Amino acid sequence: MSSDKIDADKLTGGLPSPLRRKLLLGMAALPAIGLLPRGALAQALPTDAVNTTKLAVTDSTVKVGILHSTTGTMAISETGSVQAEKLAIAQINEMGGVLGRKIEVIQEDGASDWPTFAEKARKLLVEDKVAAVFGCWTSASRKAVLPVFEQYNGMLYYPTFYEGLEQSKNVIYTGQEATQQILAGLDWVTKEKGAKTFFLIGSDYIWPRTSNKIARKHIEMHGQKVVGEEYFPLGHTQFNSVINKIKLTKPDVIYASVVGGSNVAFYKQLKAAGIDLNKQTLMTISVTEDEMLGIGGENIAGAYACMKYFQSLKNPNNEKFVAAFKKMWGGESVIGDVTQAGYLGPWLWKLTAEKAKSFDIDKIAAASAGIEFTGAPEGYVRIHENHHLWSKTRVGRARTDGQFDVVFETADLIEPNPFPKGYQ
Amino acid sequence: MFEGYSLAELGSIFAMQGFAGLILFSVFVLMALGLAIIFGQMGVINMAHGEFMILGAYVTYLCSNFISSTAPALFPAYFFIAMALAFLASGALGMLVEWAMIRFLYRRPLDTLLATWGLSLILQQIFRSVFGAREVGVVLPDWLMGSVAVTDTIEVPINGLFVMGLTIAITIVIYAVMFRSRWGQGVRAVMQNRVMAGAVGINTEKVDRYTFGLGCGIAGVAGSAFTMVGSTGPTSGQLYIVDTFLVVVFGGAQSLIGTIASAFTISQAQSTMEFFLSGSTAKVLTLLTVVVILMLRPQGLFVLKVRR
Repeated sequence: MSSDKIDADKLTGGLPSPLRRKLLLGMAALPAIGLLPRGALAQALPTDAVNTTKLAVTDSTVKVGILHSTTGTMAISETGSVQAEKLAIAQINEMGGVLGRKIEVIQEDGASDWPTFAEKARKLLVEDKVAAVFGCWTSASRKAVLPVFEQYNGMLYYPTFYEGLEQSKNVIYTGQEATQQILAGLDWVTKEKGAKTFFLIGSDYIWPRTSNKIARKHIEMHGQKVVGEEYFPLGHTQFNSVINKIKLTKPDVIYASVVGGSNVAFYKQLKAAGIDLNKQTLMTISVTEDEMLGIGGENIAGAYACMKYFQSLKNPNNEKFVAAFKKMWGGESVIGDVTQAGYLGPWLWKLTAEKAKSFDIDKIAAASAGIEFTGAPEGYVRIHENHHLWSKTRVGRARTDGQFDVVFETADLIEPNPFPKGYQ
Repeated sequence: MFEGYSLAELGSIFAMQGFAGLILFSVFVLMALGLAIIFGQMGVINMAHGEFMILGAYVTYLCSNFISSTAPALFPAYFFIAMALAFLASGALGMLVEWAMIRFLYRRPLDTLLATWGLSLILQQIFRSVFGAREVGVVLPDWLMGSVAVTDTIEVPINGLFVMGLTIAITIVIYAVMFRSRWGQGVRAVMQNRVMAGAVGINTEKVDRYTFGLGCGIAGVAGSAFTMVGSTGPTSGQLYIVDTFLVVVFGGAQSLIGTIASAFTISQAQSTMEFFLSGSTAKVLTLLTVVVILMLRPQGLFVLKVRR
């Protein structure tokens, strides 16, 4: 009805039409551009100088990939890595991005299936042309994607502590390799606990088997004995038989590298069988704060873990990191060793790209050696020529509240040695 | 491996190993009974069986959180409440699934396989979205933790004894329901000859629904019991489903006695071999044996003579 038609001009009191008002307001905001950080507009490095290999780089953005399992049995462990990588990228973007470009993330799900990892890696490198990929967790997933990265010349930042015996121009390993993680821990438990006999137990795939091979050589080199070595398929849930074997052999140290869902079953059944971890020394290289969530602090309290990072580390970098992580992902979050190593990835890539003044993979690979990151929550890390990190290692004792007390820290940074002589 | 131990110590170790085998047996029976009812009695291949178990585990988790925050005095007894709730929750979900999906697929076993596989994926994602991708820790009451010293040197885990007791209880209940009650008679009638059973006045739809619900309810109780010995996460059901099917098929799909016998065989074989060989080798040998026996006797260990 015509009486309902509202006269816009009467309402606005004679001001110009809504469209004109919006345009005027928009133009009034233009001077605010002067407040933007310098890097956002000033292109000191034009795109054809920093990107000569047709990666997904524009004047204001650069694309990277995140490739982890958000579904499947490994989702439990890989969720933390995704969160840390996204936190690092958000912080870097807040500071202006890399070489003046904001980072855009393309996230793919490896679904705990190694062929899927390879397929998604290929998609990220060939179709999306990302400048870097932060991804993988298990050695199996890394072995599946390695040929893809080498064929299509990509750069992978791999966060998990692993067995070593690998080195690639196309991978930066931000987690510890086996000699860094295992040897110092074994030396400590031999010295502190006078350990003479070891029972090795692990899940049945490449990482525990290789780690135990290195551990066994080291143990026997120092005159101690390995009294048992057992492997169980991933996903195995009944450990009563092997626990009886452990009771039979009464080792000084149980050396555990059980992974995934089996971890929870193993510690619960160990406790149910009456093995008190405050009396029986157990050292593990596969339990971080993430796994403690599922295991339950009361089931594993008293066990020792060898990692390079614990959430309870006391240094200014870590306090800021933990606070920022909890702010972004919730106060109940826990942060394990691999999560922290995931956090290092984007920062190391940023520092490398700035040193190389380019996103080209060959230039990044060449510029990586010697890059130092003093803001690392674990303290300080430096990339070695073999694309692994110089870092310290620590031994922590599990508490009932799901955190670790750090009981030992190496005095110096340990040199990464992925091909240790005498251990292969 | 056995040098340096006195005969008494060896005896204790073998006794503890025997208990470990019995515990494994109970675990297998608990997992498989629910599926045996559904697969054996109804011919429905339920690939979502593991997820019904994990639903029971999550109900236990919620129960433990709820009771520890609202009525801490009840905490020692909460496990029984949790198991009852798990039975009801999984049973209800089972009946809903039967009404919505399974009842259209009764004469099509391969289609139920695909449909329940899809259901398992859906349930896994629901768990992931509601509870998070990470595993959750279920706090156990103190009396369930630790082990009891039967003699000076023989220690038996308490939760193992609990699982054994639970399995015996459930088996007796199932036996009573299936073979001694009128309703059980109806179930067996429907299984043997659906058309005639309907003709004599048995409401076959209702019987199917309640049977499916019963099978899923038992799965829920099993999942609840397994929070003591395993992990609770969205994909934890996948850890159990293969062994469960193995036990049911090996025992002869239509026989509950067969399920129990095959659970006993497989569990004893596996736990004995695990003790003398390594874990993976034991599993491989057990599976090889099962494959060979099934090739020679495809219908499984026990077969009911059913006139078709």
